[in-house]
Amino acid sequence: MGAFLLSIGLLAAGGLGALFFSRRSRLAGLFGAGGALLGAAVGLAEVLPALLDRTPRPLRLDWGLPLGSFSLALDPLSAFFAAPILGLCAAAALYGVEYMEAHSSRRSLGPSWFFFDLLMASMLVLCAARDSVLFLIAWELMTLSSFFLVTFEDEKESVRRAGWTYLVAAHLGTAGLFLLFMLLSRQAGSTDLSAVPALSPLHADAAFLLALVGFGTKAGFMPMHVWLPEAHPAAPSHVSAVMSGVMIKTGIYGLLRVLSLLGAPPAWWGWCLLAVGAVSGVLGVLFALAQHDLKRLLAYHSVENIGIIALGLGVGLLGRAHGMPLVSVLGFAGALLHVLNHVLFKGLLFLGAGSVLHAAGTRDMEHLGGLLKRMPWTGSTFLIGSAAICGLPPLNGFVSEFLIYLGAFYAVVAGGAAWGAVAIGALALIGGLALACFTKAFGVVFLGEPRGEKAAAAHECGWPMRLSMAALAAGCVLVGLCGPMVLFWSSGTLLQVCALPPAAFQSLLFGSVLPPLLWVCGAGAALLAALILGALARAWLLRGRPVGESGTWDCGYAAPGPRMQYTASSFAQPITGLFSFFLRPRERASGPEGYFPASASYATETPDLFRERLYEPVFSGVLRLAWRLRWLQHGRIQLYVLYIALTLLVLLLWRLG
Amino acid sequence: MSFWLESLIILVVLCNLRVLGSSRLTACIQTVALQGALLGLLPVLAHLDALSARLLLQAAASTVLKAAVFPWLLNRALRQAGLQREVEPFVGFTASLAAGVLFLGAALWLAARLPHAGPEALSRLVPTALFTIFVGLFVIVSRRQAVTQVLGYLVFENGIYAFGMAFAEKQPLLVELGILLDVFMGVFVMGITLFHIHREFDHLDTDRLTALRDS
Repeated sequence: MGAFLLSIGLLAAGGLGALFFSRRSRLAGLFGAGGALLGAAVGLAEVLPALLDRTPRPLRLDWGLPLGSFSLALDPLSAFFAAPILGLCAAAALYGVEYMEAHSSRRSLGPSWFFFDLLMASMLVLCAARDSVLFLIAWELMTLSSFFLVTFEDEKESVRRAGWTYLVAAHLGTAGLFLLFMLLSRQAGSTDLSAVPALSPLHADAAFLLALVGFGTKAGFMPMHVWLPEAHPAAPSHVSAVMSGVMIKTGIYGLLRVLSLLGAPPAWWGWCLLAVGAVSGVLGVLFALAQHDLKRLLAYHSVENIGIIALGLGVGLLGRAHGMPLVSVLGFAGALLHVLNHVLFKGLLFLGAGSVLHAAGTRDMEHLGGLLKRMPWTGSTFLIGSAAICGLPPLNGFVSEFLIYLGAFYAVVAGGAAWGAVAIGALALIGGLALACFTKAFGVVFLGEPRGEKAAAAHECGWPMRLSMAALAAGCVLVGLCGPMVLFWSSGTLLQVCALPPAAFQSLLFGSVLPPLLWVCGAGAALLAALILGALARAWLLRGRPVGESGTWDCGYAAPGPRMQYTASSFAQPITGLFSFFLRPRERASGPEGYFPASASYATETPDLFRERLYEPVFSGVLRLAWRLRWLQHGRIQLYVLYIALTLLVLLLWRLG
Repeated sequence: MSFWLESLIILVVLCNLRVLGSSRLTACIQTVALQGALLGLLPVLAHLDALSARLLLQAAASTVLKAAVFPWLLNRALRQAGLQREVEPFVGFTASLAAGVLFLGAALWLAARLPHAGPEALSRLVPTALFTIFVGLFVIVSRRQAVTQVLGYLVFENGIYAFGMAFAEKQPLLVELGILLDVFMGVFVMGITLFHIHREFDHLDTDRLTALRDS
């Protein structure tokens, strides 16, 4: 645990250093990002070997608090989630150095770097915590530090609103976690997580539901996802990348950790996760398709990908409940790999979106366009990320979705036709819609002609930003090509999640899971080689010939302008129209009138269904009730203290009397 | 030794009564400072046979803060804000003293019913501590000016300190330091706030702050 603690220490030092030098933005960035990079390097030295280490050495320190203890351990499950945290945060920190530069003239960057390092450290502690109290403290620190990061540009009203939505949603989730851990520690007789005994079915069911709500809020399961599309666009882009890439995964980690404590799952838990996954996946991608804001679109895609992970977990749990070990291994393997893959490509896409925002000054896709020529690095890495998130071979998204598909097909063959079919259908629908969505996102932002002056004047970002995007893109390609190796590295985690006997697990892994994956990755490599050959052939054919730019064939109309291109909304309209029952888009149109129409306009907006129809009525009801208690709040401090004193006195008398 | 301890405890009780009955702010501040100094001496007197460097250090830190630093901060706030030097109570001084006697009775009654686990020599401290806590709360509730409220918090903290001492052989250092730091920050922040309230509103009456609530 030495290097792991040293890493957290380095993060603390970097964060405090950044806070200390708040006045000097360069020094603050140096401390903040330097702490994150050094901490990541040191931490990875401990975390990577722990991936396959099945006998972790726990660390236990007394901390002088009446509750809980500072107890950490790095088993494969913890390490599997800690490693991406270290990797992505390092890339995001490097990116942030340049990205935040633009804000340095207006405000101090010290607090932002401090909270960035705090967020990273709290996520690490959370992954290794073996004590309920420590876990909850780290969880709360993570929530608060990310809240302060989201509200970085707090002079904007929209950012403040997003911050409040996030804070409220996160704490409603944490309330569920408090109940969950109270239940667990009551059964165990201590706050030590490893002391949780076998629970009765009723208690286990309650714990599962509480974990689903509590961790699901952080992970972004529908309908608890409402904070995601608000908070991610509001945060600075490297923070969005960290939040969407790794912070929401702590919800998945918590769910897996609690599932590992609860013993054999009944089938309905699997059904529950399958349903949540299908709803989150399909609705997530549909809402993404209807957005114009690039970062909001990506945020909805996080909901979709969390849905895919939940589908994998559901298949895994159902396989375990119905005694189909192969299905269970495939489902969990797909879910785990998708966790890693989503870290890579969603981190990459948010960084790319940040680069676009940095260069063109807007996230609205209707004002972008033609950026591939102006920003070749951002454009090509964004393309790799888009292909990966759609699950196209030979990239990493395909590997994990393939495993879940394979598990679901085996389930159908082995007699679990109903749930296998649900998983296959949902995955297929999600994949198709995601492809449409990223065709729109990449096509509108990077291809064609610029739709605004700012987009026309856009410039490529500097090398720190390029380097972090290129590293993540390389990760996407590498995981796609070396799928079997990555799966082998995560086999320790997989064994822990599947809870199979090691010998049976090894034979399943090497006998039935790795061979098809080898074929797939081999075919992917061949495809990549063919692509490279094609590119070389093209270069060879074009060698020595002039390459020019000219107007396209314009049907005899001689003045085509950039505004006549397909817009993001018009591209997506056929699909959003098909699903308008769920999306409920709002249209504002004033059509052309008369023989010589002067102006016309058309605008659509797709607000979140659950926010509008579910949460707003509930919360305004709560607010109305709260107003009834307003007479209690009269502004006299003396009486407030009197309330407290009287309450304490009554409690004391009640205990003694 | 027991004689000294008992006289000390009686002095603490008298300090409480003086805070309730005094109409001058400076007198109140002095009394609270004296009370803090007395309570700082208490652990040294109680553990005379087993003195340790840690104990002495703790006592010294608490005494310096409560008897010197806090009164200095409060006096400075008074001077800078140019306040009236009267206490301005909601509840009159005679009534306050009568309430104090009631509190003393209640504290004695409560302490008799509480199980006592600490050292025997300090058993008299429990009712005193409860009484001090009650008085602190009463001062916070019944006085108008912001400065008196800070004083109330200080008396309250003295009570908690005494209570902890009565029950534990040795308080955990962390907890004690935590409380001290807490109060220090409290007084510090309130000192600054007092100054700002005064500059904005030209008075320090907390009951007029009701204008700040969001309707």
